[in-house]
Amino acid sequence: MKNTISQRVADFLKNFPPFNYLEQNDIEVLSEQVSIIYKDKGAVIFTENEETHDSFYVVHKGAVELLKNQKNDILDMCDEGDIFGLRPLIAHENYKMEARTHEETILYAIPIAVFKPYAIKNSNVGSFIIESFASNTHNPYSKSHRGKLYGNAFDDESNADEVIDTDNKILDLQPIKYSKKIITCSRATTAKEIAVTMTKKNIGAMLVVEDMLPIGIITDKDLRNKIVTGEYSINTTADVIMNSPVITYSKKMTITQAQMAMMKSNISHLCLTKDGTANTKAIGILSKHDVMVALGNNPAVLIKALKRVKKAKAIKPIRAKIMQLLQGYLDQNIPITLTSKIITELNDACIKRVIELSLAKMKTPPPVKFSWLALGSQGRSEQLLHTDQDNALIYEDVPEELQEKTNNYFLELSAAVNKGLFEIGYDYCPAEMMASNPKWCLSLNQWKELVHDWISKPGKDEVLLSFIFFDYSLSYGDRDLANQLSDYIFGDIDANPIFYVHLVSGALQSPSPTGFFRQFLVEQDGAHKDFFDIKRRALMPLADAARVLILSHSVKGISNTYERFEKLAELEPQNKELYLSCSYSYKALLKFRTKQGLLHHDSGQFIELESLSKLEKVKLKRTFKTIKELQDVISMRFNPGKIAL
Amino acid sequence: MTIKQKIIESLQILGILEEPIDESLNIPIESARFVVLDTETTGFDYDADRILCIGALVLQNGTINVQDSFEHYIDQEHFDKSSVEIHGIIRRDVLNHKSEIEVLQLFLDYLGDSIIIAHHTKFDVTMINNALERNGLDKLRNKTLDTAVLYKRTLIKSNLLQYKDHYTLDDLADKFDISKKDRHTAIGDAYITAIAFLKIIKKLKEKNPIMLYHLFR
Repeated sequence: MKNTISQRVADFLKNFPPFNYLEQNDIEVLSEQVSIIYKDKGAVIFTENEETHDSFYVVHKGAVELLKNQKNDILDMCDEGDIFGLRPLIAHENYKMEARTHEETILYAIPIAVFKPYAIKNSNVGSFIIESFASNTHNPYSKSHRGKLYGNAFDDESNADEVIDTDNKILDLQPIKYSKKIITCSRATTAKEIAVTMTKKNIGAMLVVEDMLPIGIITDKDLRNKIVTGEYSINTTADVIMNSPVITYSKKMTITQAQMAMMKSNISHLCLTKDGTANTKAIGILSKHDVMVALGNNPAVLIKALKRVKKAKAIKPIRAKIMQLLQGYLDQNIPITLTSKIITELNDACIKRVIELSLAKMKTPPPVKFSWLALGSQGRSEQLLHTDQDNALIYEDVPEELQEKTNNYFLELSAAVNKGLFEIGYDYCPAEMMASNPKWCLSLNQWKELVHDWISKPGKDEVLLSFIFFDYSLSYGDRDLANQLSDYIFGDIDANPIFYVHLVSGALQSPSPTGFFRQFLVEQDGAHKDFFDIKRRALMPLADAARVLILSHSVKGISNTYERFEKLAELEPQNKELYLSCSYSYKALLKFRTKQGLLHHDSGQFIELESLSKLEKVKLKRTFKTIKELQDVISMRFNPGKIAL
Repeated sequence: MTIKQKIIESLQILGILEEPIDESLNIPIESARFVVLDTETTGFDYDADRILCIGALVLQNGTINVQDSFEHYIDQEHFDKSSVEIHGIIRRDVLNHKSEIEVLQLFLDYLGDSIIIAHHTKFDVTMINNALERNGLDKLRNKTLDTAVLYKRTLIKSNLLQYKDHYTLDDLADKFDISKKDRHTAIGDAYITAIAFLKIIKKLKEKNPIMLYHLFR
């Protein structure tokens, strides 16, 4: 029976192959037979060697990983619109891989019995299926296959920057782009003309062609080495300075092969021709940059990719690559300070891009200056994994009559940004600490009033808010507004010394990490029963203490916890050793948490003690000793026992 | 009452001993058959207003079969122009309108003894019950759940948070990133409610493992 839901399913399916080849009416009939399945993160859809289900699956929302069980190797990642579990149904064999949800996922299950007639009737559908299988048949499980660059979309020459490969983007979640818009010149073109064109088109290499066939290539390097050095005049013709013959490859090349080819011949651009020889038409140029983007192992490339993004949704695959990068850094044991700097930089760039995109969608530019603040761990530049978003917005003071209008503008902007951040993987803050909440989207003066309230009348909630809020850092917008607020906070705290005492008692309230017998204290109930809460019991006490101490020294501009400790070591030579070991402990704990988070694809807050080695446990416990010493120093200094609550 | 019963009762009042569990509900949530429904009506008056459309889906083990959905329009004499803006159902604009009694019969067959889920369930169930009564049929005896109520249980307890008394289906769709394209069609709202329900269950499970009976507490 045709209904609203089946129409919505059809609307979705018709955007993706092979369904896009079907007649509208056929898609609608097909959609009526679909089952919509909701799966939580990490749910198994089918296992290796399991008997086939009577349906195959299309990812509607979320992502599904296909893996080979023994090694738990992820072979492929299916995104929205991707099909999986079809091949075994057609081949009448059991599932060859395991399918498991990578995140919360909604699937459409399409019965094979309903689909098959269309595959037979419609040759486009049939050949899509055969082709997607064919790309799997060489050796579907080999690693070298994972970067296969070119899919069947290649024949469509109308697109300039072709998005390649939809089936095999195993670890490369981002669509890989290479230049299809080949800029060519003839043998007689002068070096000067070539340089002008290359500059205009912003390309790094130009192909020299004759009768449509590639006869040579000129790159930036050739111009530098041969022309700028004065060896040849700028009116030299292409045939004199070009590299010839051109090293050509076919479009059926993997990333690894492309990399090898570039290394072998020490070149930065590959010419792709129809059959892979220089005797057929050139159809594309693949540069080192394209390969790097495809591999995604370079922060600079990721930043570049971010700048090109036109929709918030397209940032998600880039974030996946950032996580890959993070994993790589941790595997290679790169210092956590450097790692977190790079990752934070990249995360910030993602957030900035989301804000830029949201601003571009607003009908008018912002009426006044504003600053977007990151709060909490993100504000402290310690957020390596995907966690909740905590943010706030300050805008310039406006005359009374413009207040409402201005406020509405920024609330609308914030709502768009919060939604964009959600789309790229930052969950909504369960405590609504987000700029789209009218409580956290205020003018500078309103902010001053609010923080003055917290500082002059500190209760439990006010102290908690100060904890979250006073670690802000600027994500986007006007630095001056944020600085003005910081100055105000420092001045106000100096005028209200009682506030320290409250901050200190707040900082000393975190639960102890170990019990009387120095055993780990684990959670008593809830979903994380028997897990160790590394955030609340180890990281937060250090972060809270660092904040109190740094505020008492009126140091602004350092919101990062281990950098705060390093600064404190400088300011208080008598406690240098303790502070440095705090800084070290914090870094160690952060690394610990990040590793755990990557392992379990979550925030890493809860650690299963049984999964730790003896050595790791010893390391963890050593950091606890430091926490205890630090808390002693603080309670001695500020003596929070004195206040009557 | 025996002494033993008295002790049990007082322990229950003190919250030390849990209330006895309805055994039929002591099953995993995935095993239950739910019917997620929404009605479009001519207005919000239980007596004067009438149902224009019932949309419903069966939800079982996290799966919705599109084919197994219920969407029937009812031909009503009573009509209120002001509600047209919301649901877009103009009188007799859909050819296959059926009579109220016909749709109610179809719906009862469809519903069976499933657990009803809706958003602000009381409204939909009361509208349906009143219609059943008018047509000389028994009221619904099914167990009901309300996503508006269940959603509140997913919120963290915090003094910093301002809680609303009523969370609309739009609020839930925004929070859970569910498309609002088919908002204000009965079956579209039922679908949003179903997905919201699944996400609520997921959230609740993050806190503690739960069985079906936990949802009725």
